[in-house]
Amino acid sequence: MAKITFDGIEVEVEDGTTILQAARKIGGDVVPPAMCFYTPLKGSGGKCRVCLVKVTQGSARDPRPMPKLVASCITPVQDGMVVENTTNEDVLNARKGIVEMLLINHPLDCPVCDQAGECDLQNLSYEHGVSATRYEEPRRTFDKVDLGPYIQLHMTRCILCYRCVYTADQITDKRVHGVLGRGDAAEIGTYIENVIDNDFSGNVIDVCPVGALTDKTWRFKNRVWFTKPMNAHRDCPTCSGKVTLWGRGDTVLRVTARKDEYAEVEEFICNTCRFDKKEMSDWTIEGPRHIDRGSVISANHYELPVVNVPIVPNLPKSTVKKMPTE
Amino acid sequence: MGIKILTEHINVPGIETLEVYRKHGGYRSVEKAIKTMTPDEVVEEVKTSGLRGRGGAGFPAGMKWSFLAKPEGVPRYLVCNADESEPGTFKDRVFMEKNPHALVEGMITSSYALGANTSYIYIRGELLFILRILEKAIAEAYAAGLLGKNILGSGYDLDLHVAPGGGAYICGEETALLESLEGKRGNPRNKPPFPAVKGLFQSPTVVNNVETIASVPWIVNNSGAEYAKIGIGRSTGTKLISASGNINRPGVYEIELGVPVEEFIYSDEYCGGIWKGKQLKAVVPGGSSVPILPANLIMKTAAGEDRLMTYESLSDGGFVSGSMLGSGAFIVFDEDQCIVRNTWNYARFYHHESCGQCSPCREGTGWMERVLHRIEHGHGHQQDIDLLVSVAKQIEGNTICPLGDAAAWPVASAIRHFREEFEWHIKHPQEAIAPGAVYRGQLAATTV
Repeated sequence: MAKITFDGIEVEVEDGTTILQAARKIGGDVVPPAMCFYTPLKGSGGKCRVCLVKVTQGSARDPRPMPKLVASCITPVQDGMVVENTTNEDVLNARKGIVEMLLINHPLDCPVCDQAGECDLQNLSYEHGVSATRYEEPRRTFDKVDLGPYIQLHMTRCILCYRCVYTADQITDKRVHGVLGRGDAAEIGTYIENVIDNDFSGNVIDVCPVGALTDKTWRFKNRVWFTKPMNAHRDCPTCSGKVTLWGRGDTVLRVTARKDEYAEVEEFICNTCRFDKKEMSDWTIEGPRHIDRGSVISANHYELPVVNVPIVPNLPKSTVKKMPTE
Repeated sequence: MGIKILTEHINVPGIETLEVYRKHGGYRSVEKAIKTMTPDEVVEEVKTSGLRGRGGAGFPAGMKWSFLAKPEGVPRYLVCNADESEPGTFKDRVFMEKNPHALVEGMITSSYALGANTSYIYIRGELLFILRILEKAIAEAYAAGLLGKNILGSGYDLDLHVAPGGGAYICGEETALLESLEGKRGNPRNKPPFPAVKGLFQSPTVVNNVETIASVPWIVNNSGAEYAKIGIGRSTGTKLISASGNINRPGVYEIELGVPVEEFIYSDEYCGGIWKGKQLKAVVPGGSSVPILPANLIMKTAAGEDRLMTYESLSDGGFVSGSMLGSGAFIVFDEDQCIVRNTWNYARFYHHESCGQCSPCREGTGWMERVLHRIEHGHGHQQDIDLLVSVAKQIEGNTICPLGDAAAWPVASAIRHFREEFEWHIKHPQEAIAPGAVYRGQLAATTV
């Protein structure tokens, strides 16, 4: 076991845990954001750099600070480590800089994007971004690509987190898409336009932190904040069949895997559940799904008494700088 | 005339053949190491020598070797980084082309020291003709029993392979190199784990520059203590310098570390002075990624001491008034060179070579290039200079590998030392875009 101090809060975790996971154990405001790290996917993380933190004391044995900011999602904890996240000005500035970088080539087409409302980049820029851009050059654009009957790739929105590549690598048999090109010309693609045809291919939509990979059976049907999420299950021969249904009235508009507050799926689901079972009669409804992801859907908690829900539910927390108390 | 360790026999006709190379004392270190020394003794000698990595970072090679994890039953690898692609650097290319056996000898001795039974030379894709030269040398070494099974009857086995890259600058970063060698996309890995623990094929690996490995035979032959006598302080031994730019005698020079920069530029033994007797404006002393220094700061440190060609002296003053020895690519600019144009050119290179894996470098290198392009072509705004400084700062230190830093430093240092020139470009776009136009207002203040 290793004991670390994160933003002044002590927490004890297993050896080999990453700083980010230790922070998640504390939970709440101190958790660094993560755009590319995804717990169920081995090898993910380290790429987006928004989870950077300052290690002011390496360990009890070697108390020297780490010279650079480190990516908390891939750096393992050491006993006696002291980490600063929201309490360190450098970290917040670096994060602000990185959010700016992520946004310079992002189209910011949230009003027409299906991911809006549950988009990690939207939350991130709301909390850490600046209101005006300093970038005046043309933005990078790509044509939309159809990856088969169910998935559409809108590369212009992509932040190259590689999550979909790891997903295809690790949960499907044959990966046909990957990263092509280099630098800011890098893109996700299938090289010669190819269909992603696999029972579990739909999961790339769930892991995408932005609106680059979207569900064609859901595109432009509705906005997420108008839909009601509910837990449901069915007897599925290929996957666990445990899903979240997003519906309006008696219509099932969308089926996704069940995601936790960090948008990480509990269990990956198959394409049949995701794309083909769009009738209420296909499912056994368990009850409302609690969404806690700092996004507008959280405003939609229909299990809560409506009177207590503020109009703007999630003011950017980091704008109010407060030290964690006991 | 200093001692020559690497280039002593480089111009001997036929030195690329095994026969001539052996006649000039070649492969003595292999015999000495394998027959009379234990691997740990060789590592100790290299440690004593103070030999530092010649690829750019200058990390002590013996230390690196001693960090190599040695778990039972897991193979270890030595990989030679011959993916030399930093703008301005061409020392390894010349060295391998002229004297391939010296590298092969270094590889055998070093592999023996590390207990590696398979070693690789990862060579830049553009240098395909050198790959052929090396393969020929390796074939000769196999035929002579210096490679393969049971080398010189000692029971030590070594296979040496040459692998070409696809010509990506990023594959010179050691973990990207290993990914590429494994046949994957050349993206740098997250560290830790470092290659010394989990490198090539998840096994402990040492990655060294060509020049580092080629220095090992001399150390084994003459002892580490002898090597440590050459040079000054912690900068021991000799270093190949690729001198280029506006000088009379560009080329690769082997210097003893500690030669004064002034002597290196003006002495006829080395660069031979500035081309056509012009004034010196600036120097990039270690390859395009290190900070540029104006003439006054390259000759003397901020404290007024003479600047020497050593790791310490060139980095004296940190990034405020210093630079780095880097890979030893000494690029000289005379009074007619435009720093803005040059900075844009470097930024263009890093934009093109960024792997695109982590966001600050992927987006930031392109951003800096576009802004610099704008300034150079007469469309800059006054706030662009501060924007560039700020973007460079956002990239620096926040990336997976040092390419982000390498892209940020030249831009930040050019603005730090030549801000007036950038401002002139912005204020007088019509004059600045004229062919050959250079700002001379700052020249008097920065020359010696």
